[in-house]
Amino acid sequence: MIFKKLNIENKKVRDLIPQAITVLALLSVIIYFATNAQINMGNRGISFGFGFLNQEASFDITFSMIEYDGSHSYGRAFLVGLLNTILVSAIGIFFATIAGVIVGVSRLSDNYLIAKVAEWYVEIFRNIPLILQIFFWYFAALRALPLPENGISFNDISFLTIKGWYVPKFIWTNFNIFLLSVIASLIAIYFINSYATKQREQFGKQLPTTTISLSTLILLPLITFLFLGVSLTFEYPVLKQLSPTVYTYEGGVSIIPELIALALALSMYTATFIAENVRAGILGVGKGQKEAAASIGLNKSQILKLVVMPQALRIIIPPTTNQYLNLTKNSSLAAAIAYPDIVLVFAGTALMQTGRAIEIISITMLTYLTLSISISIFMNWYNKKMAIKEK
Amino acid sequence: MNLIAKPSKENIKTYVPIGFSLIFLSLIDVFANAFFNLNLMAFLPSQLSYFLPLILGFIGFYLIRIEFSGVRHLDLLNKNINSNNFNALLTLFTIFIILKSIPPMLNWFILDANFIGNSKDDCTGDGACWVFIKVWFNRFMYGLYPDTEQWRINTAFLILFVIVGISFFVSEKLKKYFILFLVFIYPFIGIKLISGGSFGLEYVESAAWGGLSLTFIISAFAILFCFPIGVFLALGRRSSLPAIRYISIGFIELWRGVPLITVLFMSAVMFPMFLPDGTFIDKLIRVLIAITLFEAAYMAEVVRGGLQALPKGQYEAAKSLGMGYWRMNALIILPQALKLVIPGIANTLLALVKDTPLIFVVGLMELAGMIGLAKTNPKWLGMAMEGYVFAGLVFWVICYAMSRYSQNLEKKLSTER
Repeated sequence: MIFKKLNIENKKVRDLIPQAITVLALLSVIIYFATNAQINMGNRGISFGFGFLNQEASFDITFSMIEYDGSHSYGRAFLVGLLNTILVSAIGIFFATIAGVIVGVSRLSDNYLIAKVAEWYVEIFRNIPLILQIFFWYFAALRALPLPENGISFNDISFLTIKGWYVPKFIWTNFNIFLLSVIASLIAIYFINSYATKQREQFGKQLPTTTISLSTLILLPLITFLFLGVSLTFEYPVLKQLSPTVYTYEGGVSIIPELIALALALSMYTATFIAENVRAGILGVGKGQKEAAASIGLNKSQILKLVVMPQALRIIIPPTTNQYLNLTKNSSLAAAIAYPDIVLVFAGTALMQTGRAIEIISITMLTYLTLSISISIFMNWYNKKMAIKEK
Repeated sequence: MNLIAKPSKENIKTYVPIGFSLIFLSLIDVFANAFFNLNLMAFLPSQLSYFLPLILGFIGFYLIRIEFSGVRHLDLLNKNINSNNFNALLTLFTIFIILKSIPPMLNWFILDANFIGNSKDDCTGDGACWVFIKVWFNRFMYGLYPDTEQWRINTAFLILFVIVGISFFVSEKLKKYFILFLVFIYPFIGIKLISGGSFGLEYVESAAWGGLSLTFIISAFAILFCFPIGVFLALGRRSSLPAIRYISIGFIELWRGVPLITVLFMSAVMFPMFLPDGTFIDKLIRVLIAITLFEAAYMAEVVRGGLQALPKGQYEAAKSLGMGYWRMNALIILPQALKLVIPGIANTLLALVKDTPLIFVVGLMELAGMIGLAKTNPKWLGMAMEGYVFAGLVFWVICYAMSRYSQNLEKKLSTER
């Protein structure tokens, strides 16, 4: 009895020792760093705290989606940076997905030329560091654009110049009603689709869901335009002479070159990875699946929609979400070309002004960390939901 | 009557020559336009002459699309680039775009480019100014390292390459010692050779290091250190001891959740706050630690993938032979697990090499950073394109070679089951 008991104790002790050592080592490192930090901050006369977020920032940001100037607080500057990060990531994700799907499908094309071109696109853009691609677009390609007075004009409504891309501004009246109608039509489409699925599963009836959904999405907002007083006008950019040699555009929206370069490089780089995911996903669906689907009488589009895509998406989506996350993290390279994202605005300018390294770096890292962790939680949920349920 | 019939084996004799001549005509037109700026179809209305190559080529491709023609090459052609109307259009567009883009590229890279000279004034052509690269080449390779001492970097890398080269040809047993020497002893010799300070070598501070050689130094050291740390983290994450498991998970997820640039910022501005007042750790070492820990987290996840893919039987078999935890992992589990994840490891190392330019954040300048410095030199303004194209080519060659090598390694090491 005693021996047996001792044995268990031994095993427990044996397990405990390495754990205790690790925890103690970690704790002592943390305490060592913390005391040093406290002494250092004491020497510099600053105390740890987040009160500075309410202080006046007194620096300008070149590009902001919300109202901001030097009189706003550091907290507001953080928000501007965060929104800019989200903006460039969203644009990048949108175009990277489109380009990635096109390239990925092209790699599997039965057209030899197209497949080769797509393969070389992937090989070239994947193997050049992203930062170099950003530099290339920003310092080399976009700098070669003309000055405002002879900017490249697209039908006189939009102008591409060295100072950015000037596009018409949308001026809405009663935008809320329009937005509501879009939301309403989306909800309607959801119900139509679930009804159609039920019909199909119960009675084997096929409803033309695509046509119905599309027409709902077009008709409902159209009605608001015709009857509910929604209207949309454009404000076009107009060339204006500031001095004998200096020109600029007034009106419209100006998309700064930093944003264009960053979005372009991010989407072209990430597209190569998404393309590989798409290719792997489509290749991952066995030939037998397609043959089985064909043998029970499904036509080509039904095979694609009901058999191939659901299975391919299950393979494609997890790594692609990872790529979206990578794109968002890579958008921090914005700091290299002075696009005012969260790293440049907050970990750059704000840190230089306040000297609060620990607080600011922690906030910045926590922001990214929150994003990654929430996406990975979503991914775990998704994987569980989509996992093949074996009986 | 025969002419409007669907192309088939019967009318192959008439359709194929006509089809090929139409395609040929359309390609000649585009070629002449792209290379010699001639418009052969100028006598036609402008809209028509613009689209004529497309129309001609499309008709041509339609005419030669004969199923089971019996001519092997024709069938192969049809199968690969001309299986239906859509594919024919895609083929035409691809060829046109390639034809159109060759002349400007050729002009910029070679024909209009300047190779001879010593200053920007020698660049008179419209094309690239490769003089820029030639003049700055030393800086791009060695950074601000003193010219007279550059032989030390060369020697360090030469010794490395020679040892690696020899180790490919010696017997398995000797190879082991070579690898041990490379991993445990050579790094210190190499770094001593480059930094100097003893043996009569002049001391060169790390701030002066730079250029492509710095890219190699950082990549080599980060790879060397991140690999074992990654393996330990992966083992830690799969450990049965909760404290070790949670610490590993926390560590891995922390690094994987943030961009490298913030980690480098941290090493530059936040880390010094954590050290006792007056302690100074070299910038390069701080950066190396940051990159190593960052990539180790990614490496850990790759290795974990391999560990999870191993069947449980392997663990049980090892244990039933009476092996302890470390022996089991070192002799049975890791060799198999690592082999499974070679592509993942290669991708992580590639990412590491591609991440090295980010050290500009702390003021160190490897290749891309040196180009940034050179292009802002008042005597060399406007050379961004040449610089970044050059850097892109260099990095592309390195990364492409690495990915090819990993594919070969994967094939070589794969054992059939």
